[in-house]
This record gives sequence, C-alpha cells and structure tokens, in this order.
Amino acid sequence: MSLHTLTVHQLREKLRRGAVSARATTQSLLDRIQVVDGKLKAYLWLNAEDALAQADEIDRSGIARNGKLLGGVPIAIKDVINVEGQPCTCGSKILKGHTSVYDAFVVQRLRDAGAILLGRTNMDEFAMGSSTENSSWGVTRNPWDLERIPGGSSGGSAAAVAADEAFAALGTDTGGSIRQPAALCGCVGFKPTYGRVSRYGLVAFASSLDQIGPFTKDVADCALMMRVLAGHDRHDSTSVPQPVPDYTVALDKGVKGLRIGLPKEYFIDGMDREVDGAVRAAIKKLQELGAEIVEISLPHTDYAVAVYYLIATAEASANLARFDGVRYGARVTGEDVIDMYGKTRGAGFGAEVKRRIILGTYALSAGYYDAYYLRAQKVRTLIRQDFEKAFEKCDAIVTPTSPEAAFRIGEKTDDPLKMYLSDIFTISVNLAGICGVSLPCGFTASPRLPIGLQVLGKPFGEETVLRVAHAYEQATEWHKQRPGL
Amino acid sequence: MAEDTSVFDVSYVAHLARMYLCDAEKQKISAQLKDILAYVAKLNELDVSKVEPTAHATPLSNILRKDEVRPSIDRDKVLNNAPEQARGLFIVPKIVE
Repeated sequence: MSLHTLTVHQLREKLRRGAVSARATTQSLLDRIQVVDGKLKAYLWLNAEDALAQADEIDRSGIARNGKLLGGVPIAIKDVINVEGQPCTCGSKILKGHTSVYDAFVVQRLRDAGAILLGRTNMDEFAMGSSTENSSWGVTRNPWDLERIPGGSSGGSAAAVAADEAFAALGTDTGGSIRQPAALCGCVGFKPTYGRVSRYGLVAFASSLDQIGPFTKDVADCALMMRVLAGHDRHDSTSVPQPVPDYTVALDKGVKGLRIGLPKEYFIDGMDREVDGAVRAAIKKLQELGAEIVEISLPHTDYAVAVYYLIATAEASANLARFDGVRYGARVTGEDVIDMYGKTRGAGFGAEVKRRIILGTYALSAGYYDAYYLRAQKVRTLIRQDFEKAFEKCDAIVTPTSPEAAFRIGEKTDDPLKMYLSDIFTISVNLAGICGVSLPCGFTASPRLPIGLQVLGKPFGEETVLRVAHAYEQATEWHKQRPGL
Repeated sequence: MAEDTSVFDVSYVAHLARMYLCDAEKQKISAQLKDILAYVAKLNELDVSKVEPTAHATPLSNILRKDEVRPSIDRDKVLNNAPEQARGLFIVPKIVE
C-alpha cells in the first residue's frame, strides 16, 4: 500500500499506533514527488535531506504517538509564508535567494503540532492571479489535464494535494486564491473568517482581505488543520481573541434543520452548463439530507469585482513599496537612491504585479482617492450588509466556487479583466470578511475536470460551514476521485 | 468618479510608485487600465452618499500593546538577506549631499 494516498486522519492513526514511522511517511511522499512533480511543477523548493531529518527527529522523540494533532505529517507551504531557514520568494524574482529569518505564526503552530515542513509550493507572483501563470518560476499544471491551469494564486498547493504530492498544504486567500484552485484541482480548500488565523509571517498582499487557510483531501482533514491554525496571536493586530472550538466535533451533526441560502445573483447566464448542473445536483442532495433550501439575494454582487480590484490593488501598492532593493532581494544599482528604487522594481516585478501597483497607486493618488478608493470602500459596506441580511434568513450559503472548470494555459493571459472575472463567486467573501470552503461536487464530461461547490458561513461560523461540507461529502464519492497521473 | 480615463498618465503614476516601465510596458498597461477603469466606473451607478466606508472586516479597533523590551530577530540574520551591508548596517546610495 502506498502511504502517499492516505488522508491526514488516516495517516495520523497509523503514526499514532506506530504502524508507520515519520521517516517512511516522508520518504513515500518524496518518492511520489519524484515521479510526478516533473510534470506538475507544484513545488518550487524541496530539501529531501532536511525533510527526512525533521522526520527522524519526530521518530526519535516519539511525539507522533502522544496525540499531537499532526505528529509526523509532512505539510507543504505556499511560497508566501515564512518558514525559518527555508527560501521565501513569493513566486517573484525580486526575492530570488531570500531566506526566511523567522517562522510565521501558522508555521510555529504546525511545528508545535508535530508537522514536518516539507517544501515550498508555486504561486502567482505575490499571490496576484487566478492561474499560477504569473509565477516568475514557471506555471504549475493541473493534475487532471496538464494543458490546463491549476487555478490560483495558490495553484501549487492545490495541485500538490490533489496529486497526492502532499497530505495537506497551506495557501492564502485574498479574493479566492484558496477556494478557486481547490475547485479546479478537485480538493478541499478553506478560507477562514478574517481575524481567525494570524497572518504574522505572511508576506502581505492586501491586508484588509488576506487570510491563510488549508488545502486538504477531505473535510475531516480540513477541520483538523483548522484546529491547528486558528487562534489568537498578539503579533497580528487583526487577530480576534475568540475561543477556538474543536472543529472536528461538529462534523457529524448533519444538515437536518439547517437553512441553506441560494443567492439568485450567483446562478447567472453565461455560467458553464456542466458547472451549473453539478451545483444544482449538490443542492438537491443537501435537500435530501434534510436541509431547508431558501432563496436569498445578495444585490450588490455585480459590483464586487470592481470594488475588489480597487481595494486590493491600493493596499498592494502600499504593501509592495517595501521591495526597493534595500533590505532584501535583488538590487539594480542607479545614479541615486530614487533611480535605484525605480530600476530595482522595474526589473524585479512581473507584468501582473506592475499592472496592479500602477492601478493601486492611481486609485490612491491625489485627486482620485475619493473617486476610486473611498467609493470602493463604501460599496464594500453595501456588500458586507448584503451578507448580514442574508444570514438572517439562512445558516449557510451554497454557490458554485468558479463559473467554469480549469481553463487552458494561456487562454486568459492577454486579457486581465477576463481573468479577474473568473473570481466573481469568491471575491465578495473576502470583502465581507466571512468564511467559506470549496469542495468537489462533480466533473465535466470531456475533458474530465473537477467542479467545486462553495459553502459560505457567518463570521466565525466555521463549524457550520464544515458541518454542511462534511454532510455533503460523506453522501457522495467525489472526494475519493484521483487524477490518473 | 473620474469619467475621463484618457487623462491617465502612466509615466506620472509609475514615478509615484518608484517603478520604471519601458515604453512597451507603458503602452500596454495604459490600454489595459483604460478597460479596467471603464469597468470599475460601474460603481458610479450606486448612491453611496449616506454609506460609511469599510476599511476592514474585524470588530477590533486600536489594538495596543505594552511598550516593553522583548527579544527581536537576530540582526546578522536579517542583514544576510540584504543586497549590500557592512558593520551592522544596510548600505544605500548617498542620500544627502
């Protein structure tokens, strides 16, 4: 039997009983990566020796057997989250050669839980993109069809988990960057409530929207990972000091008596027919399982993409000002310091990052701030209120994650607006600061590509979201499907 | 909202961002941003005169900590990532004459 195909909860049971060692587990994963990652390119950096040394240390100390939540389980990390001693490039050549000097809060949590920090996964440069095509280090392939994108920006993490190259992985979600690639690769991806998981040690993109979350093979693993990641951290002033429930406990409560809202604005003309069919079948399944389906309205949905691309780019233009050739990364020398900044940033950033820095700088510039940034923040309030009103009528909301399955590499690279619109169902969630998950709910016929179902919950409603997702997952077989690599 | 996006001066904005763009990049970004700005103009359809802005989505505000000395990250480790450093300092081009 091959260990790499196991879920975290299956593997954990074996590790706890001592039936397998952390070294054997890690070796099995390294072997799998050796076989398939040449095709997928999910990993940017991997050090087999270092991973096995961590595994040996865990085997020596015996912590896998004493109930630690992730004792001996290797986890992959998106290349935007700091792991001390490992490279961190954010998918950008401007950070080529950069080595992290401290652990992110979530990485410290993983270490405390006994996890092995396996390697760094590919991403769109500074998490800006929906396809992983914007990485400075080359595109990651979708494990279901190597000619297609894995989604983005956390495409490497999604592809690694879907292809059994990782038991679980961390990603980040600013406008859908966990949920959309999870949908397109056929795994589970969770975006926690804003403030639920500390961002200390995450390289910031848009600070009012960014959240860290897990990619897993099933919903039970997702709950397990959330138990490890969630919690208050004094190093992140947006971290909310609210108790963390044991997310694994509520999983089996079922959906009987829960009201599930369907926003009419999310079932639109122009959506892919097979996606529409799969999501409608999933809703029927939830109804059969005892959920009450109610129609709701999120009337400002149509404005979300516009709001997002003003707010996210404005925040990014400020956050990315730090990449100036002084403290880290590459430097291009100039006649004076201003010339050095300009040349360093001009040479170091890729096309999409430049486009967004220009848009964000413009939206914040004198004379345009009120017209663009402030107006976007006001419409953001309307979007947030839409959800508040909707959640008076329902306990969770179900929608498609993405209007279409994985598209072809290169298909949207020349039309940024078209690319932005592929995030239409995920973006509002970040603007409202609520939580949501994507999980598999079917496949297109030809080619066979995964389709994702999105379940959304109230702020700090993680338990309800996981409960709905788990009930659906356990009544279907989609999560057991694996790509034939 | 500024309706006339033809006034968009990419060279000026690139200067504000301290980021050089070559002529081909300027041309391409100008054209693409015209489309994007035309798209975001849809926000003008809404009356937001009585709406408060949302800066972030947490219920928290003014998070303060005690002003106390704590250990910080090792200076040499940090400097090791710098393009140029000497004697415990980042080296930059001369700023004042």
